[in-house]
Amino acid sequence: MISMTRPSAHNAKVMNRFVLTQRLVAQLKHEEAVIGGIGNANFDLWSSGQRPQNFYMLGSMGLAVPIALGVAIAQPQRHVVALEGDGSLLMQLGCLATVAVRAPKNLTIVVWDNGIYQITGGQETASAGTADLVAIAAGAGIGKSAWAADEDEFDRLFAAALRDGGPSLIAARIDDKPGVGTTDRDPVQIRARFMQGLGVRR
Amino acid sequence: MTDMKVRSGVWHETVLDTLKANDVRLAVYVPDRVLTPLISALHADNFFTCFACTREEEALGIVSGAWMGGVRGAVLMQTSGFATIPNALASLVLPSQIPALIFVSERGTLGEFNLGQAMVLKTMRPVLDALAVDHHTITRQDELAFILDRSIKQAVAIQQPVVFILSPLLTGGKLFKA
Repeated sequence: MISMTRPSAHNAKVMNRFVLTQRLVAQLKHEEAVIGGIGNANFDLWSSGQRPQNFYMLGSMGLAVPIALGVAIAQPQRHVVALEGDGSLLMQLGCLATVAVRAPKNLTIVVWDNGIYQITGGQETASAGTADLVAIAAGAGIGKSAWAADEDEFDRLFAAALRDGGPSLIAARIDDKPGVGTTDRDPVQIRARFMQGLGVRR
Repeated sequence: MTDMKVRSGVWHETVLDTLKANDVRLAVYVPDRVLTPLISALHADNFFTCFACTREEEALGIVSGAWMGGVRGAVLMQTSGFATIPNALASLVLPSQIPALIFVSERGTLGEFNLGQAMVLKTMRPVLDALAVDHHTITRQDELAFILDRSIKQAVAIQQPVVFILSPLLTGGKLFKA
């Protein structure tokens, strides 16, 4: 829950998405699945080291969390992480309520919030000043929802999410630096490698 | 068809049995009055993981993830819901080659009372044809099991989605109470 022990969006440190993505990936020791949302979430995941358990979205803005929920349902023994931007999540807020109802223990949602639609020209999102995505997630019923105050707390929150189970949502305020690199744009190859990485295909 | 028994008397029993016979274990829906008996039966059967979500494109995302994780899934919606999913079809399901099984309860025809439903129906088949998505309009109970079973197997084999449009001729549709 949002509590006095957690920072609000307004006093959380502004961090860097690629730095945090690398720190997140470094904690993955059990072939956890990671769904990279369209755009910079995806690009930084790609650039942090390509894993067979990564799925890179090339379209369908807003569906990183639903795709991750589907993987989590199909493979309850595997932890699944969705990386999503603020604009994408705002497009599909209902998915937070669905996740809360299903309550998959093996699902963690990470939200990169820079308050802008960065890839389309930097237009402000609703989370720039008014909407609090952690409060929205908590209100949707995802009790383990928190802002990361700084990099160390991001690491601790993510470690706890992997260790203790969820569903949980971790939000990080990030700067407006563009993503590092770009994914290959071959959807069939991405999907096929991901299915191999999940042990579904040889 | 597998050796599992497929009931042939009532449309929603045939749909459920055919899904089960083809190991389709996940059903995600946005509610619809006409689909209610099917949805209730899916909820009541422990073979299935069945739940509602908030938007039809969300449902497509969920079954896409489940397919990649090794579980076959179906999406249930009504005609107006179909109008919300072309982007998810064009930018996720089709390019990624996901055999999503999409059931649409057909509104907007054969006694429709809501102009909006009638208008949105006019967009559905042209959109499906523009995207070259296989779709079958099912009007007869005696053809239902054959169409579903063969088409589910084809969708999985060729890794393409398929849409089953359930006509009021099959389901009875939604009646206008004047």
